[in-house]
Amino acid sequence: MKIKRFGVAAIALAAAGALTLSGCTSGDASPSAGAGDSSAVITTNGNEPQNPLIPTNTNEVGGAKILNSIFAGLVYYDAEGNPVNDLAESIETDDAQTYTIKIKPDQTFTNGEPVNAQSFVDAWNYGALLSNEQLSSYFFESIEGFSYDEDSELTGLEVVDDTTFTVKLKQPESDFPLRLGYTAYLPLPESAFEDMAAFGENPVGNGPYMLDGEGAWKHNEKIDLVVNPDYDGGRKAQNGGLDIIFYATQEAAYADLQGGNLDVLDAIPDGALSTYEDEFPDRSVNQAAAIFQSFTIPARLPHFDGEEGKLRRAAISKAINREEITDVIFAGTRTPAHDFTSPVIAGYSEDIPGSEVLDFDADEAKELWAQADAIAPWDGTFQIAYNADGGHQAWVDAVANQLKNNLGIDASGAPYPTFAEARTAITDRTIQTAFRTGWQADYPALFNFLGPIYGTGAGSNDGDYSNPEVDQLLDEGLAETDLDAANAKFQQVQEILFQDLPAIPLWYATVNGAWGETVENVEYGWDSVPLYHQVTKSE
Amino acid sequence: MAGYIVRRLLQAIPVLLGTTFLIYFMVFAMPGDPIVALFGDKTPPPQVIEQLRERYHLDQPFIVQYFIFLGNIFRGDLGTSFSGQPVSEILAATFPVTLRLALLAIFFEMVAGISVGLISGLRKGGIFDASALVVSLILISLPIFVIAFVAQYIFGIQLGWFRTTVGSGAPTQDLILPALVLATISFAQITRLTRASVIDTDTQDFVRTAASKGLPRTRIVPVHILRNSLIPVVTYLAVDFGVLMVGATVTEGIFNVPGVGRTLYQAIIRGEGPTVVSFVTVMVLIYLVVNLLVDLLYAVLDPRIRYAK
Amino acid sequence: MPSNITRPDQQHYVAPVEETPLVAIDTVKAEGKPSNLWTDAWNDVRKRPMFWISSALIVLVVVIALFPGLFTQVPPNNDCQLANSNGGPTDGHPLGFTKQGCDIYSRIIHGTSTSLSVGIIVTVLVFVLGIVFGAFAGFYGGWLDSVLSRLGDIFFSIPYILAAVVIMSVFSQYANVWVISLAIGIFAWPATARVLRAEILRVKNSDFVMASTALGVSQFRILVRHVLPNSIAPVIVITTISLASAIVAEATLSFLGVGLPSSTMSWGNDISAAQTDLRTAPQVLILPSIALSITVLSFIMLGEVIRDALDPKARAQR
Repeated sequence: MKIKRFGVAAIALAAAGALTLSGCTSGDASPSAGAGDSSAVITTNGNEPQNPLIPTNTNEVGGAKILNSIFAGLVYYDAEGNPVNDLAESIETDDAQTYTIKIKPDQTFTNGEPVNAQSFVDAWNYGALLSNEQLSSYFFESIEGFSYDEDSELTGLEVVDDTTFTVKLKQPESDFPLRLGYTAYLPLPESAFEDMAAFGENPVGNGPYMLDGEGAWKHNEKIDLVVNPDYDGGRKAQNGGLDIIFYATQEAAYADLQGGNLDVLDAIPDGALSTYEDEFPDRSVNQAAAIFQSFTIPARLPHFDGEEGKLRRAAISKAINREEITDVIFAGTRTPAHDFTSPVIAGYSEDIPGSEVLDFDADEAKELWAQADAIAPWDGTFQIAYNADGGHQAWVDAVANQLKNNLGIDASGAPYPTFAEARTAITDRTIQTAFRTGWQADYPALFNFLGPIYGTGAGSNDGDYSNPEVDQLLDEGLAETDLDAANAKFQQVQEILFQDLPAIPLWYATVNGAWGETVENVEYGWDSVPLYHQVTKSE
Repeated sequence: MAGYIVRRLLQAIPVLLGTTFLIYFMVFAMPGDPIVALFGDKTPPPQVIEQLRERYHLDQPFIVQYFIFLGNIFRGDLGTSFSGQPVSEILAATFPVTLRLALLAIFFEMVAGISVGLISGLRKGGIFDASALVVSLILISLPIFVIAFVAQYIFGIQLGWFRTTVGSGAPTQDLILPALVLATISFAQITRLTRASVIDTDTQDFVRTAASKGLPRTRIVPVHILRNSLIPVVTYLAVDFGVLMVGATVTEGIFNVPGVGRTLYQAIIRGEGPTVVSFVTVMVLIYLVVNLLVDLLYAVLDPRIRYAK
Repeated sequence: MPSNITRPDQQHYVAPVEETPLVAIDTVKAEGKPSNLWTDAWNDVRKRPMFWISSALIVLVVVIALFPGLFTQVPPNNDCQLANSNGGPTDGHPLGFTKQGCDIYSRIIHGTSTSLSVGIIVTVLVFVLGIVFGAFAGFYGGWLDSVLSRLGDIFFSIPYILAAVVIMSVFSQYANVWVISLAIGIFAWPATARVLRAEILRVKNSDFVMASTALGVSQFRILVRHVLPNSIAPVIVITTISLASAIVAEATLSFLGVGLPSSTMSWGNDISAAQTDLRTAPQVLILPSIALSITVLSFIMLGEVIRDALDPKARAQR
C-alpha cells in the first residue's frame, strides 16, 4: 500500500501551483472547451489534508491541491510552467531587493470582502509570526523583519495604497517573484483572522472554485468544490465543479478510475506503472516533473571525506546503471538524471561539464574504487537508508544490487519503519549511512534545487555539504537581475557539485496520470497537478 | 447475574487505565519526531520545531503528557488531530463505518464458516471435507492484500458487480466486497474450529442417547450437535470481531473505506498520540462489552456453565 | 442432601461377583503397561499414513531450513541482475527470477529458515501463553479469571500494527526473526486463551471432573490430567492455523513497511515485494506462496492427527 503521505511524489511538500515572473503575460491560457458540458462536475483523486486549510500552514499535496483551486494568488503557472499573472497586475524591481507589487482592482473574496494589498500583507505577516507556528513560515525568511527567535513584524512589507504594496528583502534575491505562486503567499480575507481554526475548516477564497457551502470538507472522504462565478482571472473553470475524493492508497484511486468512478487521476500505483499507458491509450501522461531524486552521502561517514571520498562517490555514481533501473523498476516512469535540477526548469542543461560521472561504466567504477582503496582500504557494508512506508524498497534494493555486482562490495538498503523516524535520524545527524533524498521544487527555478540543499548551513542541507566557492556562486547568481546571467552562475555551481557529489543524482520523477473517457482537455502542470479549471466533461 | 454484570463493568476501569497507559507509552516510545515529519523532506528551523512541540506538549516528559491527556479526557476533551479536527469527531465518523464492515464480515464468515465446518465435521474424511481444507488453506496462505487486489480486480473492475472502492458515505452495499475479503482471513479458523468441535460433540453420550431415542438426524444435528459445538466458535468470532474493528488497515486502505483501520494507521504512522489512544480506548470498551456478552452467551449454549457465584 | 429422607436397604439378589464372568473384566490388570493418554495416542498415531506423510514433509522443510546449502548452490542475494527481472526459468534457475533478478528457487530455499522460524516461534509463544492464561482463568475462575482475562483484553486491544511499528522501530538495530515473532505473537495469544477458557468452562462441569474431585484428586492435577487434554482440541486447531497466519502476517508487515529488512530472505518479504507485479508476473508471488501452503498443510495435517489421537472418545469410536 503506497500511502501517499510524504512519499516520493509528495516529497517535498506542496509545490502547489502558481508562480510568477515579473510582468509575464496576463493570463488567458485556457484552451477553449471542446464538446463539454459546462455544468458537469469533475471527480479527481486527493488526500485528506494533513493540516487545517490555511495557506501558510499547508505544505503537502493534499491540502495544496484544494487551496490552489479555491484561492487565486498573485500569479499561477500554465501547463509549460510559465508564470502568468493571476491577481497581480505587475511585479517590478530595479535591484532585486525591493519589489513593487500592483494588484487588480475590485477583486473580492467569495464572502464579498475585498481582495486588496492589505489582504496579502496581513496574510504574510500571519504566516511569518513565530507564535502562529505556521509550517511554511520559512517562505518569508528573506523578507525584512522576519525572525525565528521572537514574534516580529515583517517590516519590509508596506501598503502603498489599496492595490499596491512593496516588499523589501534582506538581500537581493532575483528569483523572489518566482516564488510568489507558492501556496504560502496566498491572500486571506479579514474575517479569517477572527477565528483561524474555523477558517481552516471552511476557508473562504477568491479562486476559480469555492467550497460547496459549510461542511463541504467531509474529513477522510472528500471535499466538494463548486465554481466561483466572480472569479475572472485566467483560470476560469470550464466545468461545473470539482469533487476531490480522498484516497488512502494509490491502488484504490486507480481502481476507481478503471471502474469508471473517477475522472482525473494524477498518481499511478507501482503495480500499474508498466500497464497504465496501454490501458488508457491517449488518456494518460508520462511527462517530466520538477522532482529530483538522489541519495546523499554525508562527508562525516568514514571513507567519504577528502580525496578518498571523492573517488568513492564517483565510483558509486558510475556503478549505477540508471537507465536499467528506470526501465525495469519504474517501467520508464523515471528519467535518468543528467544534473541536480529538473528538465522542466528554465535553464536546464543536459551536458554540464562533469556530468559524465552519471554515465554507467562498471570498469571505471571498479578502477576508481581501487584507487580509493589504495588511500585507505574499504571495509563494511555500504547502506542506503530509506523510509519503508514510502515505496522506496524496490529501487534501493536495485541500486544496492548494482553496487554489489559492479564494485564487488557488500551493499544493502537500511529501512526505517516510518518517515518520521527516518527524517528525525537525518535531521539530528544520528544517521550513520547514506540516505535517500529527494526534492520537489517549490517554484520553478534552478536556485530552488541548489541553494536550499547545497548552500553551507542551508535548511535542507542534510549532508552538511560546505564549499565556499558554491556559496559564493549561489549568492552571485541570486543577485543577478538577468535570468540568463543568474542561471549561468548556477550551472557553474553544478560543475563543482559534479566534482564533489554531495548527493548522487539518480533520476527525475515524471507525472503519471490518466483520465476517463468522458473528460477532455486534461493537462498536467509543472508541479504534477492537473490543471483542473480547463478540464471539460461530457455526460 | 446482575451482580456479575456490574462486577464485569467495574473491571473496565483498571483495564482502561492500563490500556491507555500502555498505548500512550508505545506511541511515546516510537522513534522519530512527528513534528519533524510534518515538514516532509525539508528541514524546518529548530525554533519552529520547538514552538510546535510545546503546543502538542511533546516537550514534556512522558508521564506528564499522559496525565495531561487523562485530565482532558475527564473533561470530555479528546484533543485534536494535526489537521485540527476534534478527535471525537473522527471517532464519530469512522467507528460506525467500521462497525458495519465488521458486522458484515462476521456475518459472512459465520454463515460460510459454520456451515462448511458443520458439513466437514459430519462427513469427516469425505471429499467435501478435503476440498474445504484445500480452499481454506489457499485462502490462509495468501496475504490479505493479494486477496483484496484480486477480488477488487475481478469483481469490481472486470465483472463490475461491486463498486471498486467504497463511495461517499460508505453505503452498505459498497461494503460487501471488502467484508467478503475480510471474511476470508478467518474463514479457515472458523471452519476448522467448527469441524473439530462437531466431530467432538458427535461422539458425546447425549448425541448417542438422542439417536437411540429415535430422534431424526435433522433434529439431532441443529439442536444437539451444532448448539453444543458453538462455544469455541462463538468465542473465536468475538475475538475476531475485535480484530476486525481495529485491524482492517490493509483492506480499508485498498477499498478506501473511511473507517477505523485506515485512520488509526495514519495516526500511528504520524505519531498522533491523542488520536491513537482515543481510538484504542473506544476499542477496549467495545471489546469488553462483546466479551461480556459472549460470556453470558456461554450459559445459554451450555446450561452447565453458571456465573452465579 | 436432605436428612429426612430415609433410604430403603438395598437387597442383593445377584450371584456373588466371584461366580460371574464379570470378574475377568473388573480385574485390575496389574502387569502390563498402565494405560496412559500419551502412549495410547502414540500407538494410535503411528498406524496412520497421514501422520507419516505430514511428518516427512515437516522433516524435509526443517532440513531445508537448517541446511539450505544442500538444496541449492546459487547464492540467493548475490548476482541479482535487473536484466533477468521477472524472467522465466533458465538453465540452473528452475523457477525463474524475481523483479530484482534474483533466483526464485534459491530465495525460497534460503527463505525457509526465516519463515519457518517466525511461524514456529509465534506459534509456540501463542500456544504457551494462551494455555497458561486460558487454563488458569477458565479453571479457577473468580478473581484469577478476572485478572487474567482483563490482562488479555488489554493486550488484545492494542492494534498489532502499532505494536509491530513500535517493536520493529525500537529494536530496529536487531530487526531479526525473534523481534518480528515477538511483534506478531505478543498480542495474538489472548485469542487462544479465550477459546481455551471457554472450552474449559464447559469441560470442568463434566462428570469425570466431578468424579476426580470426589476421589480427592488435587485441583491442579485435575486440570492438567483431565480438563486440559479434554479441552485442547480447539486450541490445536487454532494453533496449527496460526502457524500459517504468522508466516503470512510477516508478509503483511513487509507490505506495510514494518517487516524484516529486504536483505533478510523470507517468503513473506518475497511475497510482499512481488505484489506490485501481481498482474504482469504472478508466478513471482505464487511460487513462495506455494512453499508456504505446503508447509502449512503439513502442520495442519499433523495437528489434525494429534487432535484425533488425543481425543479418547473419537478414538473409541473407531
